[in-house]
Amino acid sequence: MFACGALAAGEPYPSTYQPHAGSPIIIRNATVLDGTGKRIDGADVLMRDGRIVAVGPGLDGANATAIDAQGRWVTPGLIDVHSHLGVYASPGVNASQDGNEATDPVTAGVWAEHSVWPQDPGFETALAGGVTTLQVLPGSANLIGGRGVTLRNVHATTYQAMKFPGAPQGLKMACGENPKRVYGSKDRAPSTRMGNVAGYRQAFADAQDYQRQQEKYAAELAAFERKKGKHKAKDGVEDAVAPVPPKRDLRLETLVAAMKGEVRVHVHCYRADEMATMLDLAREFNFKIAAFHHGVEAYKISERLAQEGVCGALWADWWGFKMEAYDGIWENLAFVDAPRNGCAIVHSDSAEGIQRLNQEAAKGMARGQRAGLDIPPERAIRWVTSNPARALGIADRVGTLEPGKLADVVVWNRDPFSVYALPDLVYIDGAVAYDRKAPPAKPASDFLLGQPAVGAP
Amino acid sequence: MKHQYRVLAVALAGAVALGAAGILRADEVLIRGAKVHTVSERGTLDRADVLVRDGLIAAVGSGLVAGAGATVVDAQGRSLTPGLFGGITALGIEEVEQEPSTVDRSTVYGDGGHGGGFEPRPEFDVTVAYNPGSVAIGVNRVEGITFAMVAPTALPDGTMFAGQGALARLDDQPDPFVAGSRTLFVDLGANATASSGKSRAAQFMLIEQATRESRPGTPPRDGDLRLLTPTGREVLARYLAGGRIAFSVERAADIRQVLAWSERNGVRPVIVGGAQAWQVAPLLAKAHVPVVLDPLVDLPGTFDQLGASMENAALLHRAGVPITFAHFVAPTANARKVRQAAGVAVAHGLPWDAALTALTATPAEVFGAGKELGRIAPGYAADLVLWSGDPLEVTTVAEQVWIGGRPQSMRSRQSELRDRYLPHAPKSGGM
Repeated sequence: MFACGALAAGEPYPSTYQPHAGSPIIIRNATVLDGTGKRIDGADVLMRDGRIVAVGPGLDGANATAIDAQGRWVTPGLIDVHSHLGVYASPGVNASQDGNEATDPVTAGVWAEHSVWPQDPGFETALAGGVTTLQVLPGSANLIGGRGVTLRNVHATTYQAMKFPGAPQGLKMACGENPKRVYGSKDRAPSTRMGNVAGYRQAFADAQDYQRQQEKYAAELAAFERKKGKHKAKDGVEDAVAPVPPKRDLRLETLVAAMKGEVRVHVHCYRADEMATMLDLAREFNFKIAAFHHGVEAYKISERLAQEGVCGALWADWWGFKMEAYDGIWENLAFVDAPRNGCAIVHSDSAEGIQRLNQEAAKGMARGQRAGLDIPPERAIRWVTSNPARALGIADRVGTLEPGKLADVVVWNRDPFSVYALPDLVYIDGAVAYDRKAPPAKPASDFLLGQPAVGAP
Repeated sequence: MKHQYRVLAVALAGAVALGAAGILRADEVLIRGAKVHTVSERGTLDRADVLVRDGLIAAVGSGLVAGAGATVVDAQGRSLTPGLFGGITALGIEEVEQEPSTVDRSTVYGDGGHGGGFEPRPEFDVTVAYNPGSVAIGVNRVEGITFAMVAPTALPDGTMFAGQGALARLDDQPDPFVAGSRTLFVDLGANATASSGKSRAAQFMLIEQATRESRPGTPPRDGDLRLLTPTGREVLARYLAGGRIAFSVERAADIRQVLAWSERNGVRPVIVGGAQAWQVAPLLAKAHVPVVLDPLVDLPGTFDQLGASMENAALLHRAGVPITFAHFVAPTANARKVRQAAGVAVAHGLPWDAALTALTATPAEVFGAGKELGRIAPGYAADLVLWSGDPLEVTTVAEQVWIGGRPQSMRSRQSELRDRYLPHAPKSGGM
């Protein structure tokens, strides 16, 4: 189903995620924003065997547990393309600063999943905000920071048990101030933006060379196998010498996977001019950028992003905390959304923000409306559902409430585009993952057990 | 999907009829037919009028009449609130947080704390560095933020005495600081241990020593080891005589220590942060000590914040603790986010009126401006905001802001950028 070059040898660090077996459920009489751009009032949502079966008014819900959602709203589970939960966990103690391997500007060989601490209390607060899927990325200290992992937001003792089965990995790259500050302050490259770009280019040039070696080896191996086969067919004379495989290079392996499209490229980049440079870099080395993250100036090149099919993963209102964020505006999401094929995404990059992706979308929607753009809720909900699913390469499984999709569903107590909105129920694969009216007696996180808590004895 | 485009200016002008810009007089403004949230014992008045004269609220009621030449605004039933408090910020003393040449909110002397050099400067007063022309002020003002605490920040490797700040009203006057709002800021707990003895115990020890040497009647003797400069001792002595000290502190145990120390020394403390404040709510209520909190803090960022909860605001309010709000992530650029934070507190159990009070009257009272700011009542400053909807809602915007009765420009550097890059309207029949 998903391109996955490593599968032949058995996928390393495989997902052990198991959906909870849920009984059929029908949510009745809700206002449904289905994630495809449609709003259906007074609709039912039927889920069975972990999948969406149907959405529409007056469904036959025989044998299904009915949830009365009169006056409530239903959306797909929210998806965050940019989280550091688990790798920059709470509490932010020295012992768990595991998000940036800031020892070399190119650490494409590291995988964020190997830093994920599943007991991060931030996972459960994100769940209470309706987040059912999230990509955990390395930080932005490095030009090429390593691979990201897409997780199901279920509590587990191992990250493998959270890992979204078959979801492609991400590759985190970073433009601008962070890498040049981190390495420039250590008196090493890069210390400038031109140093940044030279760094990406050399890394990908090395990867091209590595790819050629791999291809040469594959050709030699194939020739050897052919020759061996022929000899065997004759009289078993064995005179061919097996080619020696080149040594694996985990850094370059990741970059080759990016060039092959097996790993999806996510670029931390604030300024419009730098995004344009990264688009040229992608062209030079023939890879595709899935999304620019942060993209505080994405609104300045919204047409170009739409034409290139690159999403803008954005905040609603962060601005001004650093020079490359100085030109932030409220309307960024709305302007990136506006062109034909525009792909706006609300991302968090924050354990606080991930709890209210709906409110961030609401802010962007409202400001876009004020600027004269027609952005109804059924359109803006895509910024936190189907658009991030598209950027993550999992849009065939999640992000909308279309029949056959995984039954990741949020029942909101009211219009989710409100500061007062809260998820009442969150379903993952058709099973209740969170119920506001019946919160768990104990925290999910082992770390929080026995710690002070409101309502604890 | 097809978009409808409207002319931007129309959308932004809304229903505020201000007459020709540029010739407005501040003398008299009559705002008619507003839903007036007075944040006073009069509560919320539907379809009420507010008369402003000489920068102050002259009257609140119905059927008010303005003099000739007054500006009359038809509020069309929209919400009018006092201007909002932007929290503990570096507005005017910081342009871009991560660009040191634009930041004046912290000071470090000696070796900067790297070798344990403790050189506290309570006399450090950030108000002299204030720049009313800061872009960050304009960006927050158009969102209804009309006053904020302009505060120093203790550096993580610096002194725990951050210095002094004051409440600023965020118009363009050169001296915007409210008399009597001066506050000393002190950082305690896990985040301030690096150069203040590397222990909470050392922090309290150093405070005790600084206090003793600042008390009148303890003149320095030759060979005395003194923590403070003579000016620093004078300043601290002023605060010890019934002044206001804001302690950045999160842990319940540390809050207890602050309360005890403050009682011993006749200081009026303000708790800033207070993630565990709900655990000592009765104590805070009894001492009538206010808490400046960020309602969005519900994760233990540090061990000091274990038990952080969305219900902190509601629990403190229910216990009778005065609360006000600040946002602690990029608090200067994001001062405007306090409004959303207040709404979130409401979603988690805080009564709506209490949330608005926490953004208006309470911060004014806490920081010594309770008779001037934070209410819509006769004699109070006419710092007002007319909203497009529910003032705490994320989809609501400020339609018009007044400070001292003067309408503030509703444009900012951000609206300039927005208009430069507004997506083009589709050509007829095109796309």
